[in-house]
This record gives sequence, C-alpha cells and structure tokens, in this order.
Amino acid sequence: MTALDPYILAGLSWALILGGSFFYVTGAIGLTRMPDVFTRMHATSVSETMGASMLILGMMLQSGFNLNTGRLAVILVVLLFTGPMITHALARAAQFAGLKPELANDRTRPARRKPAAKRSPAAREPAKAAKRSAARTRRSGTKSRGGQSSKR
Amino acid sequence: MFIVAAIAILVALSLAVIRALLGPTVFDRALALNSIGTSAILLLAVFGFLTGRPEFMDIGILYALLNMVGMYAVLKYFRYGDLSHTGEEPAE
Repeated sequence: MTALDPYILAGLSWALILGGSFFYVTGAIGLTRMPDVFTRMHATSVSETMGASMLILGMMLQSGFNLNTGRLAVILVVLLFTGPMITHALARAAQFAGLKPELANDRTRPARRKPAAKRSPAAREPAKAAKRSAARTRRSGTKSRGGQSSKR
Repeated sequence: MFIVAAIAILVALSLAVIRALLGPTVFDRALALNSIGTSAILLLAVFGFLTGRPEFMDIGILYALLNMVGMYAVLKYFRYGDLSHTGEEPAE
C-alpha cells in the first residue's frame, strides 16, 4: 500500500465511500417502499452487505496500515457473519408466526390501469364511438380484414 | 468525504425509523431495529474518522455483538412470550 500513488488511493477510497453510501440509501429506500416483510428483508440485505462493506473498505484504504484498519476489519467480519444470521432468524420466526409471502396472484391493491382509457373520447360518449367505428369499418371494408389482401 | 457518508447513513437511519413506526406487523419493526443498529455501528466508525479519535470503533465492535444477541432475545420473546422459557414445545 505504500507503493501506491496517494492520489490513486484517495480517489479509490472516495469512490468506494460514495458507492457504499449509494447502496446504503438504496437499501433503506427499499425497506420503506417494499410491500411485504420478506421483500423488506431482501432490501436490507443489500444495504448490510454491499453498503457496509464498501463503506468500511473505503475507510480502511483511507486510514493506511495501522491499528484502525484492524479494528475496521473486525467490524466488517462481525457484520458479514451476523447479518445473514439475524435475517435467517427473522424470516424463520415470521414464517412460524404464520406470515406468508405476498404472491403476485393475491394482491390486495388493484394493479394500475392504463390512464389513456380515461382521456379518450370513446369512454365519455360510447354511442358516438360505436357509430364512428362502424363508419370506419364500412369505409375501409377490405383493409379491416387483416391487411392480407393488399400484400402478396 | 466522510460528511457525505455520515449524511447518507443518517438518511438511511431516518428511513428505517419511518418503517419502524409504520410497519403493520411486529417483524417489520424488528427488521427496522436491526437496520438502525447497523447504521449506528457505521455512524460510529465514521465519527471516529471525523473527530480523529479511533476509540469509537471499539464501541462499534461491541455494539455489533450486542445487536445480534439483542435481536435473538427479542425473537425469543416474540415466540414464547417469556424470556426464561426453556425452549421445549408442549407435547400435544
């Protein structure tokens, strides 16, 4: 580490700390916005492994090669070992308590409809739209049969 | 540089507190508690670098272990309702 250019070292630690902060905030946003307990556990695992590891590695590069690096390495090892343990225990406890993962088939909130259906004039005046589409098929009788007759 | 990391960790901490207040089930709150604990560990390490006192990291190591043991205690309380339960299921 002493042979590396100090600018490269500082740049690398800066990049690692920024990336770690980004992953950490992403995991926290996922924790807030996910719909179910199990998906939230999945989101926090991102912030605990990627975010914390990159932050601690950036700080280790920043501090050089002394006792602080060893302390940070111990924190990293403890976090990497206990993170999956706690997540596993939480998931197992949640399943034992009867919580089931929310599948896509049984969503309680309706899926988002297309917003164009509201604005088209066909929705507002169905009689006029029926007349209009009938006139269209009468005018272009051959074209509405799938267009196969024009191509050869 | 470390101020950016400290701000990011504080933002994540506040989002986890929001989930701890909102979460409909009790396991959401336990998960948010774990996330707050990890944020506290990282925030302690960043503070150690900001103030130039590396002794904060020792507190971080200690709190990482306490977080794990505390989470197991909380889960045991959720399951058995009693922290002194021996763990034997009643025969039915």
